[in-house]
Amino acid sequence: MTARARPAIADTPIIEVKNLSKTYEGGVEALNDVSLDVPQGKLTTLLGPSGCGKTTLLKIIAGLIPSTKGEVRVSGRMVTGPGPDRAFVFQDFALMPWATVLRNVAFGLELRGVGREEREAVARRHIAEVGLAGFEHRHPHELSGGMRQRVGLARALAVDADVLLMDEPFSSVDEQTRRKFQEDMLSLLSARGKTVLFVTHSIEEAVYLSDRIVLLSRRPSRVAEVIEPDIRRGDDPEAIRRHPAYLDTVETIWQGLKRYLD
Amino acid sequence: MKLFGYHVPMMTSLILWIALWEILGQSGAALVLPPFSAVVERVFEIVPTPTYLKALAITAEAYLLGNLIAIVVGVPVGVLMGRSVIADRLLLPWVNIFLSAPLSALVPVIMVLFGLGMTTIVLTVVLFAVWIIVLDARAGARGISPSLVEMARSYGATPWQAFSKIYLWAALPEILAGIRLGCIRAVKGVIIGQLLVSIVGFGHLFEIYSSNFLMEHFWALVVTLFIFAFAIAEGLGYLERRVEYYAASRN
Amino acid sequence: MTEVSPSLGSRDPGASVQRLSGPRRDRAVALASHPLTLRLFTALILFSAWEYAGRVPVSAGFPGFIETMKAMAEMTADGLLVAALLITLQPLALGLAISAVIGIGLGIGMGLSRVAEWLMAPPFIVMQAAPMAALIPLLVFAYGIGLAAKVLTVCIMAMPVIVLNSYLAIRQTPASLIEMGRSFQGSKPQIILKIMLPSASPVIFAGLRLGAAAGFIGAILAELLITPTGIGDLITYNQSIAEYPKMYAAIFSVIALSVLFIEGLGKIEAAIFRREGRRA
Ligand SMILES: Nc1ncnc2c1ncn2[C@@H]1O[C@H](COP(=O)(O)OP(=O)(O)OP(=O)(O)O)[C@@H](O)[C@H]1O
Ligand SMILES: [Mg+2]
Repeated sequence: MTARARPAIADTPIIEVKNLSKTYEGGVEALNDVSLDVPQGKLTTLLGPSGCGKTTLLKIIAGLIPSTKGEVRVSGRMVTGPGPDRAFVFQDFALMPWATVLRNVAFGLELRGVGREEREAVARRHIAEVGLAGFEHRHPHELSGGMRQRVGLARALAVDADVLLMDEPFSSVDEQTRRKFQEDMLSLLSARGKTVLFVTHSIEEAVYLSDRIVLLSRRPSRVAEVIEPDIRRGDDPEAIRRHPAYLDTVETIWQGLKRYLD
Repeated sequence: MKLFGYHVPMMTSLILWIALWEILGQSGAALVLPPFSAVVERVFEIVPTPTYLKALAITAEAYLLGNLIAIVVGVPVGVLMGRSVIADRLLLPWVNIFLSAPLSALVPVIMVLFGLGMTTIVLTVVLFAVWIIVLDARAGARGISPSLVEMARSYGATPWQAFSKIYLWAALPEILAGIRLGCIRAVKGVIIGQLLVSIVGFGHLFEIYSSNFLMEHFWALVVTLFIFAFAIAEGLGYLERRVEYYAASRN
Repeated sequence: MTEVSPSLGSRDPGASVQRLSGPRRDRAVALASHPLTLRLFTALILFSAWEYAGRVPVSAGFPGFIETMKAMAEMTADGLLVAALLITLQPLALGLAISAVIGIGLGIGMGLSRVAEWLMAPPFIVMQAAPMAALIPLLVFAYGIGLAAKVLTVCIMAMPVIVLNSYLAIRQTPASLIEMGRSFQGSKPQIILKIMLPSASPVIFAGLRLGAAAGFIGAILAELLITPTGIGDLITYNQSIAEYPKMYAAIFSVIALSVLFIEGLGKIEAAIFRREGRRA
C-alpha cells in the first residue's frame, strides 16, 4: 500500500471544518455535512468533480461567504469573516489591471494601512522571491498568465498569513509554466512553513504536490476519502513523477473518483 | 431589489415616480406639470383624433423609410469596410466623425436643400441611424472566420454571392445590433427633424400645443412618444436576444 | 454600452501596396499608410466632392467647399465666428459640467445601492431610449428663453448616457476583485475607492464622451429651437438672408469644434487607460 486511507483527523490541525453545509439562495445544495481537518504546515488538496463545491468550501473557510450550517475554525478561532491569518489566491488572479505589479503585491498591506515605504519594501522582497524582480513597474496586461499568477501568489505571501487558500491557481497556465511554478511553490512554501489548502482538477498535480488529498463526492458534496500520498519530496521532480508510489496513488484516486462519479 | 424579503421587479419604481408626478401635478407646484391622471385622460382624447393619427402615420412613414434607407445603404457599406482594407481606411474616419458629430447642426442644411417636408425628415432619420449601422456591420464583417471566407473563394463565389450568401449571414448578429442602435437613434432623429421643421407630423402638434399653452395635450403627446420609443427599444432588444440565441451555435 | 469607437483598422499596414522592397519603399509605404496621411487624403476626396457638387451646382443653397472656407475665413477675421462659438459653448460647458457631476454621482450611487438602482435606473433607461428633445418646448415654458433652458437642454440630452454608463461600470466590477479586497479585510469605503471606482473609470469616461456628443446635439438644438444665439444665430440668420456660404461655415465650424473636442476626450482616455492595457 503506497497510499493510506485515513480518517480526516490530523495531529495538529490548523483548520477544522465541522459538519459544514451550504445551500445557496435558490436552493442549490453545494455542501452537505462536510468535516475535515487541515494539518499545520502541510499542503492539503481538495479534489473532486466539477461543480461539487470545492470553491464554495474554500470561500467559506476564507470567510468570504457564510455557511448554512456547521462551523469552521482556524487556529481554534471560529471563522466569521476574512481574517489576517488567511490569504486567498484566486483562480483568475484577481489582479487590478490599473495597478503596477508592485502596487498589486502591496495591496493587502495597503488595505491594512501599512505605510507606503514599508509595504513597498515588503512587496519588492516577495516579488523577487517569486522570480519577478525587474517587473515591479509593469502592469498585469504586460505579463504572461504564469507571471500574473506569481503576482497573485506574491500578494498572498506579502501579508504573511499562516494559511494560503488557493483556488485552482494553475488552471489558466500552460503545462510548462505550471510545472516550473509547482516546483517553485513547493520550495517556497516548505521554507516558510505555510499551511496550504489547494483546489485542483488535476489528479497528477494533487498527488505531486500534496501531503494530504481530500476527495469530495459529487454535489451536494461530502468528504469521500482522505489520502496521504507516501512520496518523499526533495528528490528530482522527474524521478518523483516516474516513481511507482506516485503512479499507484494516481491510479488509486482515479479509481476512487470513478466510483464517486457514478 | 428585495423589499421585506420579496423580490420587487425593477420597473415597478416607475409607479412611484408616476405617483410623485400626480401629487406634484395636483398640488399645482409647477405650472408646466399637470397631474398624470389628467395627462392620461388627454392621451385617450387626442390619440383617436384624425390630427394625431395623421401625424403618427407621417412620422411612422418617415421613420420606417429612413431606417430602410439607412439599412440598405449602411449594411453593404459596413460589410465592404469590414472586408476591404482600402474602403476601411477611406471611410472609417468619417464614419467615426459622423457617429459622434452634432447632427442637429446638419438638419438646417437638409432643410435648405430639400425644403420643409417629408424628404427632410426622412433624411434626418437616415443621418441619425446610418453611422452606427455601418460601424456594427463592419465589426461583424471583420469578425467573420477566415475559413468561411476561404470556403467562399474555393467555391468560386462572385463578390455578390459572397456578400449575400455568406458575409451577410455570418455577420448577422452584429448587423442586427447595429440596426437596433440605429433604430433607437432614428427615433431621436425623427423627433428632432420634426421639431426643427415644425410644420410636419408631430412637429406641427408640438407647435400648436406649446404656443397655446395646452400643457396636458403636450404631455399626452410626449408620453405617447416616450412609450413608442421605449417599446421600440425593448422590442428590438428582445428580437436581438432571440437571434443571438439561435446564432449561439455559429463559429 | 454597445456603442464603441474603434480606432483605425490595424490589419497589416500597407497590405494594399505590394511588390518592390527595400528601405526606401518601406518608408514610402509607412508614410502612405500613416493614419494622418490617409486622413488628409480622404479629407481631400470629400472636400473635392463637396466643391464639385457646389460647382455643378446641385442647388442654389449648396455653396462649394472653397466658397464656404472663404466665408469662414472672413467670419473668423472679423471675430464673429469665435464670438458665436464662445456663446454656444457657455450652456454646453455648464450643462456638461452639471451632467457630469450629478450623472456620475447618481450612476455610482445606483451601482452601489440596490434601492437607488431600483428607484433611479428605470427612469433613466426610459430617458435613454426616448427622444428627450421633445421636452425642449417645455423647458422654455418653465425657464424662459434664457441660459437656464439651454443649460437644461444640454443636461437632459447628456445625462442619461452618463448615468447609465457610470451605473453599469460600477455594477460590472469583477466579482473576484471585490472578493480579493474583502479577503484582505478591506473596509467598504476602501473597496469602493480603491477597487470599484478605478475598475469602473474607463466605462465612466466613455459615458462622459458619449454624453459630450449628446450635449453638443442639445446645445445646438437649443439655439435653433429656443432663441437663436451664438452659432444657432449665425445659422438661422444667414439661412434667412440666403447667405449660404456663411451658414455652411457656421455649421462646419461647430461640427469641427465638437469633433475636435470629442477626439480630445478620446485621446485623454487613451493616454490614461492604454498604459494600463484597458480601453472601455
Ligand atoms: N453564488 C452562487 N449561487 C448559487 N449557486 C452557486 C453559487 N456559486 C456556486 N453555486 C453552485 O454551487 C455548486 C458548487 O459550486 P462551486 O463553484 O463551489 O464548485 P467547484 O467544485 O468549485 O466547481 P469547479 O470545479 O467547476 O470550479 C455548483 O453547482 C454551482 O452551480
Ligand atoms: Mg471552483
